[in-house]
Amino acid sequence: MAYRQYMLVCGGTGCESGKSDEIYKRLIAEADAQGVKDAVQIVKTGCFGFCEKGPIVKVLPEESFYVEVKPDDAKEIIAEQAVKGREVKRLLYDKSTRKSNNKIDDIEFYQKQFRIVLRNCGVINPENIEEYIARDGYAALEKALFQMKGEDVIAELKTAGLRGRGGAGFPTWLKWDLTRKAPGDVKYIICNADEGDPGAYMDRSTIEGDPHSVLEAMALAGYAIGSNKGYVYIRAEYPLAIDRLKIAIAQAKEYGLLGDDILGSGFSFDVEIRLGAGAFVCGEETALMRSLEGNRGMPVPKPPFPAISGLWKKPTVINNVETLANIPVIITKGGAWFAKIGTEKSTGTKVFALTGKVNNSGLVEVPMGTTLREIIFDIGGGIRGGKKFKGVQTGGPSGGIIVEKDLDAPISYESLAALGSMMGSGGMIVMDEDDCVVDVSKFYMEFCVDESCGKCAPCRIGTNQMHDILDRITKGKGEEADLARLERIGKAMTKASLCMLGGSAANPTLSTIRHFREEYLAHIRDKKCLTGKCKDLVTYSIDPSKCIGCTLCAKKCPVPCIAGERKQAHVIDASRCVKCGECYAVCKFGAVVKN
Amino acid sequence: MAKMTLEQLRKLREEKKRDIERRETEGKEIRIIVGMGTCGIAAGARVAFDAILAAVERHGIGASVVLAQTGCMGLCHVEPTVEVLVPGMPDTIYGKVDAATATKIVDRHVVARALVNEHIYDRPAADIIRN
Ligand SMILES: Cc1cc2nc3c(=O)[nH]c(=O)nc-3n(C[C@H](O)[C@H](O)[C@H](O)COP(=O)(O)O)c2cc1C
Repeated sequence: MAYRQYMLVCGGTGCESGKSDEIYKRLIAEADAQGVKDAVQIVKTGCFGFCEKGPIVKVLPEESFYVEVKPDDAKEIIAEQAVKGREVKRLLYDKSTRKSNNKIDDIEFYQKQFRIVLRNCGVINPENIEEYIARDGYAALEKALFQMKGEDVIAELKTAGLRGRGGAGFPTWLKWDLTRKAPGDVKYIICNADEGDPGAYMDRSTIEGDPHSVLEAMALAGYAIGSNKGYVYIRAEYPLAIDRLKIAIAQAKEYGLLGDDILGSGFSFDVEIRLGAGAFVCGEETALMRSLEGNRGMPVPKPPFPAISGLWKKPTVINNVETLANIPVIITKGGAWFAKIGTEKSTGTKVFALTGKVNNSGLVEVPMGTTLREIIFDIGGGIRGGKKFKGVQTGGPSGGIIVEKDLDAPISYESLAALGSMMGSGGMIVMDEDDCVVDVSKFYMEFCVDESCGKCAPCRIGTNQMHDILDRITKGKGEEADLARLERIGKAMTKASLCMLGGSAANPTLSTIRHFREEYLAHIRDKKCLTGKCKDLVTYSIDPSKCIGCTLCAKKCPVPCIAGERKQAHVIDASRCVKCGECYAVCKFGAVVKN
Repeated sequence: MAKMTLEQLRKLREEKKRDIERRETEGKEIRIIVGMGTCGIAAGARVAFDAILAAVERHGIGASVVLAQTGCMGLCHVEPTVEVLVPGMPDTIYGKVDAATATKIVDRHVVARALVNEHIYDRPAADIIRN
């Protein structure tokens, strides 16, 4: 009764268009015809995220991975594999053709993702320390405490080439080394888990899924630089992550992996949780430390850098969650192992929160050097509803838009900066032809206006000015000189702001002006928003020659302001229309016209 | 658990690793693991969890099934996700598991030993710890 073999036919949207449904049916018919229908189960699956080579058929337990399968291949697959137990060699995925950024060849895989940070997420029970330990958890701490000196730990990070994942990409080893060498008996370790970038949730998921990886790394940092105290500064809006972190700290203390004299090594390290004050700027390291001290979270000029004078003016290492989660693996597997992944200057992987108009939104971890196209179109399964790709925002309110022509650039700190965006913390929002870049820029600027702490004038005044200009452009009241104004204010803010909140707030606007100047001009000159997102610039009307009077639009209209008899052309009362676009979306006859 | 020494930590790790291996070779135990990050819970993971529990009880197979939770697997677009490990069958990840699908997973996959159509997803990456 149990099947001996399973054939999984990838049924994602990409493969569907490539005839996966027909393959599925043909396989079933062939299994029946060749008398193996009780031995092999044929199932349709969700998207496997390998769309460029679809349709895909995976055979288990053999793990045969067939790509670009055609319906006519069904007969051979059944005859060979189900009946005779032999793979169909010509359809197998040839790993050697993969443009891989991993020089690690002892791992057999076809996936584009490579999980270091997320190694335990979705695998272990995050509330059970023993499951973490079973997967080499606390092996790095053990190794460091008993076989390495503090300098050795730092040297390993240097070999690894790990750079900060919180946005700036500063070499982690250097930060640790400076703090280690800074004079002072009391030093601190801070884990930055404030994650305020809209659309980003990498750090939340990491803490929720694998809290011990962060704690272990903090203890390693403490050992390396000579600190006995760490703080996790975490967003108060992350209750589940906070709970799991509390459980993890309690368990680690109970097992003697945090606290006094860890494993009898003589090294002591303690971690406490501090809840974020609920402002984006509190994620900025100097503001974070002020907030942690109990003061209002506002940035202070650097230098002095935290490595010299940080929390309570003591030398402090502050690292992002994702940066830290890499570190136990670097210590157990070695810096050289890590350095083989990614590009020369950007080693390892990066976690992205892929959202927006993609089919497969989710948390993805890819080797540095993977292209944006691979992330969006393979892992992400392409654009929802078959719409046209317009751009992808990386770096959130501090980053910029990356357009079609640049999608093949391999991801690294340098390449994204060269494209006028930035790596950022990992938010990746995909936009399609229905998104208006002026509207998006206004959204990010509004965020920065709200979040500016007000301490320095360039940011406090600049964000407001830019927002007002963007707002009037979306209302059809802009003038051509506004573009130059935006650029001028943006440049001033970039140069003169106290912290990178203001220093990067202009980026979304400046990068969209660069890539989509025509779209801005259409708003300004023609008073038109082609996507219809800027409500003041659109009007909806019904083309009487196309309307068949189905009444659907009138039923959907929330006002309602559409009148008309059944089977007669309908009319929209423009004076009452709220421009929600429902009528446009539901009309099957293209009779609703958007202007 | 009292504070451990180095030897005790190593012993615990070895024991736990052996437990996993034993589970895989002896193949007695069925494991059902529900993704319970914020995203999973928001999408209805608790409902799926409860439905699985109810179905397991209805079949009277509670003694051979371990129902556990884990963090986010990264497949946000198909939350809630459930991984099913049945000895002799391929390890399987199901997505978009509502109460009805959860029940189906127990009835068909766990009890009748056949995969459930339309809901299977691939593990996003190879495991770097065990490879
Ligand atoms: C406005 C602003 C917000 C920031 N928010 C965060 C954040 O939420 N999490 C984070 O890790 N880093 C954030 N940073 C970056 C930190 O200042 C700092 O560079 C980082 O914590 C250093 O860690 P890393 O070297 O491990 O990346 C922010 C920076 C700015 C300017």
